[in-house]
Amino acid sequence: MNIHEYQGKALLKANGVPVLEGVHCTSVEAALDAYDTLGSKVVAVKSQIHAGGRGKGTLYNPTSREHVMDGGVKIAFSKDEVKTYATNILGNLLVTIQTGDDGKVVNNLYVEAGCDIAHEYYLALLVDRENKAVLIMASTEGGMDIEHVAETTPEKIHKITVDPNSGLLGYQKRDLGLALGLQGTSLKSFMKSLTSMYNMFVNNDCAMVEINPLVKTSDDQIIALDAKVSFDENAEFRHKSWDELRDLSEEEDVEIRAKETGLSYVKLDGNIGCLVNGAGLAMATMDVIKLYGGEPANFLDVGGGANEEQVKTAFSIILEDPNVKGILVNIFGGIMRCDIIARGVIAATEALSLDVPLVVRLAGTNVDEGKAILASSELNIHPADDLAEGAQRIVELIGGVA
Amino acid sequence: MAIWIEEDAKVLVQGITGKQGMFHADKMVEYGTNIVGGCTPGKGGQTVDLQGKPYPVWNSMFEAIEATDAHATVIYVPPPFAAEAIMEAADAFDSVKGEGVVVCITEGIPTLDMVKAVAFVENRPGVRLIGPNCPGIITPGDNGGAKIGIMPGHIHAKGRIGIVSKSGTLTYEAVAQTMSIDEGQSTCVGIGGDPVNGTGFIECLAAFQADPQTEAIVMIGEIGGNAEQEAAAWAAEHVTKPIVGFVAGATAPPGKRMGHAGAIISGGKGTAEEKFEAFAAAGIACAKDPSELGAVLLESLKAAGLR
Repeated sequence: MNIHEYQGKALLKANGVPVLEGVHCTSVEAALDAYDTLGSKVVAVKSQIHAGGRGKGTLYNPTSREHVMDGGVKIAFSKDEVKTYATNILGNLLVTIQTGDDGKVVNNLYVEAGCDIAHEYYLALLVDRENKAVLIMASTEGGMDIEHVAETTPEKIHKITVDPNSGLLGYQKRDLGLALGLQGTSLKSFMKSLTSMYNMFVNNDCAMVEINPLVKTSDDQIIALDAKVSFDENAEFRHKSWDELRDLSEEEDVEIRAKETGLSYVKLDGNIGCLVNGAGLAMATMDVIKLYGGEPANFLDVGGGANEEQVKTAFSIILEDPNVKGILVNIFGGIMRCDIIARGVIAATEALSLDVPLVVRLAGTNVDEGKAILASSELNIHPADDLAEGAQRIVELIGGVA
Repeated sequence: MAIWIEEDAKVLVQGITGKQGMFHADKMVEYGTNIVGGCTPGKGGQTVDLQGKPYPVWNSMFEAIEATDAHATVIYVPPPFAAEAIMEAADAFDSVKGEGVVVCITEGIPTLDMVKAVAFVENRPGVRLIGPNCPGIITPGDNGGAKIGIMPGHIHAKGRIGIVSKSGTLTYEAVAQTMSIDEGQSTCVGIGGDPVNGTGFIECLAAFQADPQTEAIVMIGEIGGNAEQEAAAWAAEHVTKPIVGFVAGATAPPGKRMGHAGAIISGGKGTAEEKFEAFAAAGIACAKDPSELGAVLLESLKAAGLR
C-alpha cells in the first residue's frame, strides 16, 4: 500500500527524522495561504500522486488532453508563481514515466519551504528477499534515477543488511555515513536520522522507505527532501491508522471491490477474461493465452476455497470490462471441488445473462461430476481438458489471434 | 527414501481445533498421513475427531513433541499468530530432539514477522521451515503416504519425480503432468509465494540430487526476486539429474502485485523472461506452457536414458 509524499513526511517527522515545513493543500487558495504561513521566499509546489518521476512529468487537461505544463514539481519564487503552478497542477492529469499514458489526476498538492542544499544523497530501506532481512541502501548520487546509478556506477551504491537478531548497529550506521563522505555534524545528524528511519520502518511494517534526495544543508543538517513510503498490506490488521492514509482515488475501484470479496484482481489491456484458482496458475493462464495469440484482460485469483457467490462476483467483475470478448475459466480443484465450481459457473452465467463465449477447463477434485454438470446445462459452455486446449479454444472463439 | 519427509512420518497439527486446521487434519488422515495429534494453546487435554477417531491436543509444542516424538508439524494458524507458531515449533523441535520439519500453510503473514521467524529458525540448524503461504509437502507412499498440507492427495502417486514450486495450484498442474506420462512423485514441495520464506529452491534441488528415489526434477517458479536465477546457476554446477522448468508471469505488468505478495516485478527485475533465460543457460529444459511439462519431462527422461 502506497501513501503520498506529504503523508510519508508526516510519518518521518513524527518519528524524529528532519523534514522541511510543508502544507498539504487541495485548492489553489489553500496553496496561497500555505505560502504565507511558511514565510519562505522560495517554496516547492509538488504534485501528490502515487508514482515516481513527477518532476519530469507533464500535465495535461484531463478532458481535452491539451498540454498544460511541463514538470509536476515546481520551485516558486513568488506568490504569483505559486498561484500559476497550483492552478496548472490541481485537477489536471500528470503523466510520468511510471503512470503510463493515462496518467493520474492530481487532487493533492504539497507546498514546502525551501532550503540551502550542499549535497543530495539517495537513501532507501526495504526488505531484501535474498538475505531475508532489512536492507539499507545509500548513494552519493541523490536526486537521480537509482536504477540508472545501479547500472552505470554500482560502486556508488553502498548497502548494509540488518541482522534481525541484533537490529541496526552503531558501526553499520557510521560505516554507511562515512561511505557517503559525511563527517562531523553531518555524520552525527545522518546516524540519528537513520536510527529513526529504521525504527519507523520496523514499527510501521513498511515495505519500502525511499528518500531521494536526502540532503545535506549548508549548515550540515541531514533532511529528507522527498519521501516514498509503502506499507506491507499483510500487516494491515495491526495498523488501524492506515485506513486514514489510504487514498482510494489512487487505486482501481474494481480492484478494491474484488479484494473486499476475497478475490485478487488486476486489470490488464487484453480482451480475454480469466477466472482461475491460485495466483501461480492464474499467471500461467494469462501466459498461455498470450502464447496462443490472445491477450488476457485480467489476472483473477478466486483463491483456494471460493464459493458460488464469489464465482458470481468474479464473473461480474470480469464483465465490467467492456473489452472482454470471451472468458476462460481454469480451475484445478484441490480443496475447491469442481462440481461446486461448475454450479457456480452456471448460476453466474444465468444470472448475468452472459453473452460472450465461455471456455471452462476443470481438473482435480470431483472433475467428472463437474464436467457432467456443465455438459447437462443448456448454456453455451465450451469444455476443455487442459490449459493449452482451453486457451486455444477461447482465442479461436473470439475470432482468432489478436 | 524421499526428501525430508518419509511416507510414515509422524505429524502434528498446530491450530488443530480451528476450522481450517480440523478440516485439513481430517483430509490428511484420510490420505493416510500419520497424524499423531495437535496443539492449540488453552485446549490441552481435549481430543479432536478425525475420520471417526480421537486425536490428542496439547497446550504447547514442547509437550506435544515430547509426548509423540513427532517428525514434523503443519501450521494452520491465522496470520497474526503464525510467525510465533513457527518459532514455538522450531524452539520445541530444537530443544526436544534437535531436529524437525515445520510446514506453514498460512497466507498473509506480515513480512517483517517472517524476517524474524526465518532468522529464529536459521539459528536452529536441525529445523527446516517450509513455507509460509504454500500448499505444503507431500511424499506419496505405497499405502497412502505423508500429505502435510492442503494439496489434493488423490492426484499423486509414489514415483521418481521430485517437484518444487512457488505456487499451489500450479504444483498440482505439474503433478498431473507427471501422471499424464505415467510417472509418480518422490516428494513435492511447495516453497510458497511470499518474499521471505524458509526452504528455497536450492535446498530442494540439493536434497533431490542426493535422494536415490528421485531421478528427475520439475521446478516451477514465478516472477519476482531472483531465487530462480540463483537456483539455476547452482543447478548447473551441482545437479546431474534432469530438470524441467516453468516460470509463471510472462504477461504480468511491472509494479503490480499478482496475488502472491512476492509476485511483483520491481525496477524491471524479476521478470519471467530473465528467469527462463537463466533456466535455459543452466541446461534446464523449459516448458512455455504448463500443459507441456509432461512432454518436456518425457523427452528429458529419454535423453537421460531413464525411459
